[in-house]
Amino acid sequence: MATAHAHADDHHYTATGIDNRKLAIWTFIGSECMFFASLIGTYLVYKGRDVVGPKPHGEWLLNGVAQEQMLEIPLVTFGTALLLFSSFFVVLALNGAQKGNRKQLIGWLLATIVCGVFFVGMQVYEFNHFAHRGMGYTTNLFSSTFYTLTGFHGTHVTLGLVWLVSVLVVALRGKLPPEKALNLEMAALYWHFVDVVWIVIFPVVYLIR
Amino acid sequence: MATTALEHAPAHHEEATGIWSWITTVDHKRIGIMYGVTAFLFFLLGGLEALVIRMQLWGPDGRLVSAEVYNQLFTMHGTTMIFLGVMPLSAMYFNYMIPLQLGARDVAFPRLNAFSYWVFLLGGLIINASWFFGAAPNGGWFGYANLTSAQYSPGLNIDFWTVGLQILGVASLAAAVNFFVTVINLRAPGMGMMHMPMFVWMSFITQILLLLSFPIITVALVLLMIDRSFGTHFFVPAGGGDPILWQHLFWLFGHPEVYILILPSFGIVSEILPVFSRKPLFGYAAMVFSGAFIAFVGFGVWAHHMFSTGMGPFADAFFALATMIIAIPTGVKIFNWIGTVWGGKLEFKTPMLFALGFIAMFIMGGLSGVMHASPPADLQQTDTYFIVAHFHYVLFGGAIFALTGGAYYWWPKMSGKMLDEGLGTLHFWLMMIGFNLTFFPMHIVGLNGMPRRVYTYSAESNFELLNKMETVGAFLLGLAMLVFMWNILKTWRSHQPPAPADPWNGATLEWAIPSPPQHFNFPALPRVHGRDALWEMKRVAGGTLPEPTPVAHDAVPMPNPSWKPLVAALGVAITLGGFIGGSHLWVHAVGLVVLFYGVYAWAFEDPFAATGH
Repeated sequence: MATAHAHADDHHYTATGIDNRKLAIWTFIGSECMFFASLIGTYLVYKGRDVVGPKPHGEWLLNGVAQEQMLEIPLVTFGTALLLFSSFFVVLALNGAQKGNRKQLIGWLLATIVCGVFFVGMQVYEFNHFAHRGMGYTTNLFSSTFYTLTGFHGTHVTLGLVWLVSVLVVALRGKLPPEKALNLEMAALYWHFVDVVWIVIFPVVYLIR
Repeated sequence: MATTALEHAPAHHEEATGIWSWITTVDHKRIGIMYGVTAFLFFLLGGLEALVIRMQLWGPDGRLVSAEVYNQLFTMHGTTMIFLGVMPLSAMYFNYMIPLQLGARDVAFPRLNAFSYWVFLLGGLIINASWFFGAAPNGGWFGYANLTSAQYSPGLNIDFWTVGLQILGVASLAAAVNFFVTVINLRAPGMGMMHMPMFVWMSFITQILLLLSFPIITVALVLLMIDRSFGTHFFVPAGGGDPILWQHLFWLFGHPEVYILILPSFGIVSEILPVFSRKPLFGYAAMVFSGAFIAFVGFGVWAHHMFSTGMGPFADAFFALATMIIAIPTGVKIFNWIGTVWGGKLEFKTPMLFALGFIAMFIMGGLSGVMHASPPADLQQTDTYFIVAHFHYVLFGGAIFALTGGAYYWWPKMSGKMLDEGLGTLHFWLMMIGFNLTFFPMHIVGLNGMPRRVYTYSAESNFELLNKMETVGAFLLGLAMLVFMWNILKTWRSHQPPAPADPWNGATLEWAIPSPPQHFNFPALPRVHGRDALWEMKRVAGGTLPEPTPVAHDAVPMPNPSWKPLVAALGVAITLGGFIGGSHLWVHAVGLVVLFYGVYAWAFEDPFAATGH
């Protein structure tokens, strides 16, 4: 205790050996689980309790005219596949970053981002299409819970994209050497989480009738 | 080696002072002090609101305030005391004491820590700014929808509440991530999880509760805000929405929240009792696991707040049993505290008085709590003053007593001054008598049917005498606070010698370093081999340790000050503030720009870069 000598590596010391930032991301993800659990819970509680208006599955009536079901499952299945592949791609990018393989890092990171952008684009198209068919945000409980749940997920995907693009810019400027691969790994962990949440939302909203 | 270090400490190389050094600080000790001062001011404000309530209820048909103002007063009293008083007072101790007790230099993320404080401050200011609009929140601290939906609460009142609580939630979550990582990763070499001081353990469990419960209230608040701003029907029955869902979401957060309020206090008391009994904490492992068990089961009891909604016999029975089960680990704790004191060499210093007072008052609150765990009893007691008596016994008799004891215990460490023992004893007895005079009669008027949240009572009800006693008690509590503030002021201005590093013969590492500690806390990280690390070091050294000598202020490189967390915090507050009175796109946009600027400037800032001084 009496020594005034500072250990040079004290600033990197952790009791578990796990980097603080990595542990923080996992902790944050744990907290986010409760956020989405509450939104998904709300969606399920209100499922089928609409007083009026569009239904997710099966026909519904608008001014006495039968309308087709709202959800477009093939389109969203395609978007889901893109998101799943992007999770795989970001692993390849991280592997490149850790090995110091710049081409692998930038190529797969770009592929991840492209898939993510297409997913968000798919969602924007879907929302627009629904709005066109007369399903506004406040139309009924289905519309409100659907837009809120998938909208919050889409916002998370968008923030993940902003993060990944930021890491890409850093990588393009050659400032992501292997010892800093954690900077990509944190974004990748978050990206996987956003993906896993969609794996829950997709069957709950689109597949279960 | 210490002598060479002393030669390197010229006077003009002291730590930076001045307002800017506080605004940009990332030092956990300064942030702790800022939490403490801010929370204490909010606490006084909440206390004043309570005094106005008590004056209104002095006699039947009180006319001091209108029903509308009364609604705002009890809503703001509850909201303030919970979110702006007890929680941030606990956060003061998390900030100041967790790194010290762990033997660490700071928290895991010093800038995130500053961000948490600024977001908390802005959230508290936004909620209280409502007073200037004459539109303070008025829907109770639980904000039941659809009472708080646009149809029945069209004013700005509830907007301030939903927005303010969301901002405060951001602060709590950021802090919880920070302290969770700090406890896991920054324990001094050799300090296993089962070696940690009990305050750190209880705080750690509190962070887990925060992490898991705050997202739920966030979703509830977001849905209510969307209902109010955009006209959806989440909680509007006409559109198929269900107000009971609000209650489920709110209490799924709200019940863990009561453990968030009390567990840090359990930790503080578990620090004070062993030191002033000269005995290690009795049943350490049982204390850890009972705390963890309380937190775990605490997530399965929320609907005991909702017995009167008519959930049916199965749900009622489940939640009644789960609630009663919590009495078991709580009882384990109380017996362990008694076991700690039992046969000890007791020293009745002020912290000890408050810790013992805590045990007695908390038992009373716990017993009335077990009473309304039973649905038939609860249906009689709910919405009466009996409930008000119960939760004040656990939150005031419990949390506030422990937090005050903690203030007397840790004051020398944080300020370098000893508080006056005589005034401390006076403070304790005034608070003890005032507290019981205020809240004990509430049991009786409650069982006699006096309803909560009603701004008057009639003369025929025979509530007058007991209410007068309560009001007198409340002013005694105010007097006790004045004695406390006088104690602080008097000792602050006195020329007493600086407090020693270890005034109480403490067991934990915060007492190993000077009072107040240097910026980096520990010149070298301490090596720990078991529980009660400092007692062990003193035993090995033959009884006492020499007074630690300060070393050069730059002996250890510490992260630079930063204003970026404040910018990011402003961004959060502006973005969400745009939801007051509808949704103002340009406010959100400005807020997001500020937020992104703050976050990017922060992310690309090297905290250890040379500053050119």
